[in-house]
Amino acid sequence: MATIHVDGQRYDVDGADNLLDACLSLGLDVPYFCWHPAMGSVGACRQCAVKQFKDEDDTRGKLVMSCMTPASDGSWISIDDDEAREFRASVVEWLMINHPHDCPVCEEGGHCHLQDMTVMTGHDRRRYRFRKRTHRNQYLGPFIAHEMNRCITCYRCVRFYRDYAGGTDLGAFGANDNIYFGRHQEGVLESPFAGNLTEVCPTGVFTDQTHSERYTRKWDLQFAPSLCHQCAVGCNISPGERYGDIRRIENRYHGEVNRYFLCDRGRFGYGYVNRDDRPRLPEWRSDRGDERVTLEVDAALDRGADRLRSARRVIGIGSPRASLESNHQLRALVGEGNFSTGIAAAEQRLLARMQTLNRECGLPTPTLRDVEHHDAVLILGEDLIASAARVALSVRQAAQARREALAAERGIPAWNDAAVRTLGQDRYHPVFIAYPAATELDDITAGGWTLAPDDIARLGFAVAHEIDAAAPAVDHLDAATREAAREIAASLLAAERPLVISGGSLGSEAIVEAAGNVARALARRACRGSLMLVRREANSTGLALMGGAPLEWALDELESRRADAVVILENDLHQRLPSARIETALDAAETVVVLDHQRTATWERAHLGLPAAAFTEADGTLVSLEGRAQRFFQVFDPAYMRPETRIRESWRWLHVLRADVLRHDVGDIALDAVTRDCARHYPDLAAIIDAAPGADYRVRGLKLAREPQRYSGRTAMRAHINVSEPRAPQDPDSAFTFSMEGYNGFDRPREEVAFAWAPGWNSPQAWNKFTDEVGGHLRAGDPGVRLLAPRPGGYRYADAIPAVHRPAEDEWKVVVLPRLFGGDETSARAAPIQTRAGAPVVRLAADDAARLGVRDGQPLRVAGEHGALVLPARCEASWPAGTIGVPAGIEPWPAGGEAVTLAVAATQANEEGRA
Amino acid sequence: MSVTRYHSQLRQSAAERRAETHPLTWRLRDDGARIGLDEYVGKDGYAAVREVLNRQSPDDVVATMKEANVRGRGGAGFSAGMKWSLTMKGGSIPRGYLVCNADEMEPGTFKDRLLLEQQPHLLIEGMILGAYANHSRYGYIFLRGEYVEAARAVQQALDEAREAGWLGDDIAGSGFDFDIALHTGAGRYICGEETALISSLEGKRANPRAKPPFPGQSGAWGKPTVVNNVETFCNAPAVMAHGAKWYQDLSGELSNDGGTKLFGVSGKVERTGLWELPIGTPGRELLERAGGLRDGKALKTWLPGGGSTGFLLPEHLDSALDFDTIGKLGSRLGTGLLTVVNEDQSVLSLVRNLEQFFARESCGWCTPCRDGLPWTVKLLQALERGEGERGDVELLDKLADDLGPGKTFCAHAPGAAMPLASALQYFRDEFERGVTHPPRTAHADPIPVGQI
Repeated sequence: MATIHVDGQRYDVDGADNLLDACLSLGLDVPYFCWHPAMGSVGACRQCAVKQFKDEDDTRGKLVMSCMTPASDGSWISIDDDEAREFRASVVEWLMINHPHDCPVCEEGGHCHLQDMTVMTGHDRRRYRFRKRTHRNQYLGPFIAHEMNRCITCYRCVRFYRDYAGGTDLGAFGANDNIYFGRHQEGVLESPFAGNLTEVCPTGVFTDQTHSERYTRKWDLQFAPSLCHQCAVGCNISPGERYGDIRRIENRYHGEVNRYFLCDRGRFGYGYVNRDDRPRLPEWRSDRGDERVTLEVDAALDRGADRLRSARRVIGIGSPRASLESNHQLRALVGEGNFSTGIAAAEQRLLARMQTLNRECGLPTPTLRDVEHHDAVLILGEDLIASAARVALSVRQAAQARREALAAERGIPAWNDAAVRTLGQDRYHPVFIAYPAATELDDITAGGWTLAPDDIARLGFAVAHEIDAAAPAVDHLDAATREAAREIAASLLAAERPLVISGGSLGSEAIVEAAGNVARALARRACRGSLMLVRREANSTGLALMGGAPLEWALDELESRRADAVVILENDLHQRLPSARIETALDAAETVVVLDHQRTATWERAHLGLPAAAFTEADGTLVSLEGRAQRFFQVFDPAYMRPETRIRESWRWLHVLRADVLRHDVGDIALDAVTRDCARHYPDLAAIIDAAPGADYRVRGLKLAREPQRYSGRTAMRAHINVSEPRAPQDPDSAFTFSMEGYNGFDRPREEVAFAWAPGWNSPQAWNKFTDEVGGHLRAGDPGVRLLAPRPGGYRYADAIPAVHRPAEDEWKVVVLPRLFGGDETSARAAPIQTRAGAPVVRLAADDAARLGVRDGQPLRVAGEHGALVLPARCEASWPAGTIGVPAGIEPWPAGGEAVTLAVAATQANEEGRA
Repeated sequence: MSVTRYHSQLRQSAAERRAETHPLTWRLRDDGARIGLDEYVGKDGYAAVREVLNRQSPDDVVATMKEANVRGRGGAGFSAGMKWSLTMKGGSIPRGYLVCNADEMEPGTFKDRLLLEQQPHLLIEGMILGAYANHSRYGYIFLRGEYVEAARAVQQALDEAREAGWLGDDIAGSGFDFDIALHTGAGRYICGEETALISSLEGKRANPRAKPPFPGQSGAWGKPTVVNNVETFCNAPAVMAHGAKWYQDLSGELSNDGGTKLFGVSGKVERTGLWELPIGTPGRELLERAGGLRDGKALKTWLPGGGSTGFLLPEHLDSALDFDTIGKLGSRLGTGLLTVVNEDQSVLSLVRNLEQFFARESCGWCTPCRDGLPWTVKLLQALERGEGERGDVELLDKLADDLGPGKTFCAHAPGAAMPLASALQYFRDEFERGVTHPPRTAHADPIPVGQI
């Protein structure tokens, strides 16, 4: 702690901070540009100048940059000092010299840090009367628009892109007042975190291209606290809606999870909720051969209820991409014994193992923030960029934190970013990765091994044995693997906080068990380590906690006619198991009811299709891979701008359908009741009630506003439908209003913030007003509640160690590789993600390719039990021989571990990748 | 190539230069040819290295340099001995780098060139002593790219020295190992700033770095790094050979600073060139040695040590040319090479030319320098064309102040502000003559902005 004096006021602050950080944490406004809470200080922009005095009696003082000055005990500074104010006004005047002043047509306008700072410093007249310098812009891909004339040269873009996120294809070019931030030539920005440039850039140089086509100012958007549904990490987001469409996704600060940054899949993968072909009305056909007709709600429910009532037995197939509430309502409808999670058996086994390990291995699961505080990392069988990209960004910070430790030894404060990097150079905390292919973290790794899944597991088991001799040893271990295992074990043991990361991405139980053994071994050696296990989908962890039979069981029940009706919740079964298997089962069912927000292959098989709300139109609870139950809230009412739609939350559909089946009166239902019911039913989920405040939450007696105060056009926006303005939609499910009426301030701490705004702070930097300290936690506490607490358990080492992988002569084992873009069922339906996904390829070892006579790019026919697939070959020298890699999200088969044959194909692969 | 084409000529004959009084130049030949290894060794060259490396400790070297008060000849005048005493060494600290700043690009400055072209072994000897004192593992000579002749001379000398065992392992049987590589710059003035030089040396953008940490704590590639000017290193052999007191006495009563200085004169004088004289020699003597102004013109003003120093008047000619005296006059000694301006020359145009140079050479890192300097250029151009508006001169005052020390990231903009501020002080009428009309209407008060 340190005591500092600001304009005569005494404050206690963290003495390890710089003055800017300390002042902002105190809620004092100091303008700045080049500083960023996640990236530290470099002193480039000179905007944060304040006057510093030697002591209480010093009246002259001197200007210092608050971002580059430690908040040392006994500091006397003045923000209000005339000379400091004048200098800050000069700085913003210089920054505006070449700025185009194109706010009216700039997509940053209204959430622009430059606008905020210009107003804050009082710069309101232009004295520069000469020509401005201008730049040409570049095409940077489907996500990011580029307008270099707006640049104020704060260097935050390259500092984030290169230094923080490890990207290489964005740089600073030129010198003097002709600095250019861009690529060496036009082209797609390669970093999977490029989208953060839209928030890191203080002005409109980098803006959200997906928002551009139908642009709306921030103040005209309706927001709600939401959760990213595109993977299991559970990043907090604020989707913004206008005229019934989601226009963009903004980062929503969560002090323990995503903090300031999202990955590009999460930020730009929302397009599926806006698709024109989404089902918006119930669709019905009594026979598969019939044409589909659309129905009103009551008619649809009645027909559905009739069919379900007359069915012998109804199977419910849930979904790991739907909320706990929706899955619970489905289970309530069909009964516990008839409920399937909708997850394939192999994956479900993995989820169950991961859940047990998280509880019983002896090491806790870290939050993302916590990941950054580990000093040795072992990653077994995960390409984190592909399977949980935001985790990869945190792992990078963990590795780079070594520099801060080194700097501390020389008395260099952690916030002095450039000095920390200079001293640390390329010295990182050790990160070890074993994966079949190279990964995007390889530039910071201490050791990387490209291995077949079984060999990855063997390496893990060997590491565990090296750490704790009681862990089973690995037979027939070759010298290189033993050496690698020793090196890894020594690094993990030498660390203060070792971290083991693994997961289900390669579908290998052995890898998960190996990671568990390493974690157990570390726990037995009393290490303060952690274990993080990556799950695939937004609610995979939640569904595993809820329980239910695997998908194959449900299909068997239908196929064998033990059940004749099925209700499928937000799940395209064709993505999970081979189509033939799905078709046979669904053909056998008399009645297929599907609830979804996408027109999937499964929807096409439905007798009754009920249009479900996408995550932006619904509330619910998800459990992230760290076991954090978090609530997402409805952003907008889809019927407000499209009164003809009959979209409902799945849990609401299922509630009324159940009432109809039971011939009960349809009682009103609200989210809180469903959540409570869900919590009551599953002891593991008992705490989800506390994941967020209920619908009765009020601040100063007010509900919370979804719309900013300046939201415009409310009385006119529906005029093309009806000149009479209807009452704003009411929200019985949450404490939020579909209105600008309600509380939206920062001064009363609250967990759930729809959008960050504070007087004078319109940009994402407004989050600093909501946190207990800059970069800290939301003042009311970060949202969510953790469910996977470690339990004292008997350490029992897994001992099913696979044999060493031996390539067969004419058979290859399939490895399914997750993909960031195109590898996730829903975001793959968003156009910009499809553009970015790139063409699928089949990867194989260069030696295997030579033996087959296939060259890079040549079509290769992959034949397995369920058919054949033709994809261009990609030959990689380091790819493990005897295996092939196929990208996820093309076909649900061949499954990982399946044996296939390969042949050079005569014809080029068609678009679908099918033969 | 004949060296007589250059301005970089010593105007003192061999007869005048003696080892006891001219430590930097006494070995130089009248024909300006490079002093090779044999000739250098024959004239006591590398004697200091042999003596010091075998008989003295690194701390002795630092102590002697500190006592001699060899102030940095690159222009800032910081004590080399003090700098060397602050370098982190010993214990777990890795052996770092010793860098010679030979990126001589200060407008009006051509002194290092003489030493580099004609006597590179003196620099190498000085660097070996510096490396020994600072526990440096490796040395770099960061040479201005356009100094092609110097590059040739330095490279030849490095090869000779390495061949003769003055560089490499076990120098002079002392067990000390050290080697030097030549790095030629790509032509940016900012690379003369020591931290920008280090960034450039590392292959990065030539942006300066914030201090602290100083290069001596964390410099090139994060290791302790010492950066000194060519002339500073060249003083070290004589200081170590003859001692601190001898060095102090070289300047006698003229100055508190010790030693000699390689002074020079350029501009409209009869004889431009270089002279090695005791530090503290007044400007008038230099002007006389240069033969006075050409064509009988009167002296209007002069810059004492390069484009980034402040203008002085004829009345300042009798002041001692040393760091403190010139500093008290509101300027800086800088490199000690006088730029002479006669009565016919326009200070406004001269300042415009300088500011254009400094604006172009800004690295673009900090706002005042990057965006403030080009604005001064545009204002000066407007005044030069007689298109100035009322308020322009006051705006230049304000800009010169805002570009001053402490407000910018490094010393580049303050260096650019100094000639501007002093010109505005001494020759304000020249600027005001360029103001021809009132501010245009666009400058009327805008609509007041309310409180948010």
